[in-house]
Amino acid sequence: MTTESPFNFIVDKTAKTVSVTMEFNADISLVWDAFTKPELLDQWYAPKPFTSKTKYMDFRVGGKRFYAMVSPDGQERWAIQKYTSITPKTNFKLWNVFADKDENPEPTGSDWNLNFLDQGDTTQVSISIYNESLERMEGLLEGFKLGMAATLANLKELLATLTKK
Amino acid sequence: MRRDIFQAIADPTRRAIITLIAVQAMTPNAIADNFNTTRQAVSKHLRILTECELVKQEQQGREIYYSLEFEKMKEIDKWLDQLRKLWETRFNQLDQLLSTMKKQKK
Repeated sequence: MTTESPFNFIVDKTAKTVSVTMEFNADISLVWDAFTKPELLDQWYAPKPFTSKTKYMDFRVGGKRFYAMVSPDGQERWAIQKYTSITPKTNFKLWNVFADKDENPEPTGSDWNLNFLDQGDTTQVSISIYNESLERMEGLLEGFKLGMAATLANLKELLATLTKK
Repeated sequence: MRRDIFQAIADPTRRAIITLIAVQAMTPNAIADNFNTTRQAVSKHLRILTECELVKQEQQGREIYYSLEFEKMKEIDKWLDQLRKLWETRFNQLDQLLSTMKKQKK
């Protein structure tokens, strides 16, 4: 956690694990609901102008969420999230895999570990995502064309980040 | 076998080689002098880096010099930046949703 921003983003040196942390100005019940109820998830999960569409969601161990990220021109990218462990208002784990519209999964996916820390008025959420293959890591952003310009000046910083840890 | 840039940076020795040649083009011997390993091992890393198109070779007289393909390096940077941006946007949207939900509760 940095003091300037409640948002933190780290990629480990093998580029296989991505960790994100954020502090929210809401109590744990509200934050937990936002992560575990489909009608709430769909309101924030897709970065605008994309939209999230949950076909079904069964939040219990062994249950699944089958959803799509929909681009402004209507293209759908489907994924399955299978819940592997749930400790209410504390932690849940899932296995995430991209799929076709008929729910046929791709060969490799990622393991997600989501931690929720009750801090009274605020809640800290830490998510770590372990990707099973490097190819998958590259494919993560397929379909998202956020068009960010990169500069050479960031190279040094990038190398330092990758070397740390 | 298909190589990608993430494979290139997944190894500590290869990351060290990248850092070295980012400063200046170097011969394989000069690179190997920086490591406590065999010349063959360094050659293998250089081959992988070349296959990932992260380094380029240039013949200068009798020597081959390796240097960094900055454009390719930028690809990693761009990719990381996009992923970071994705989560930042997502969390900002959640932040807004939570404040709306809080107001509705009152």
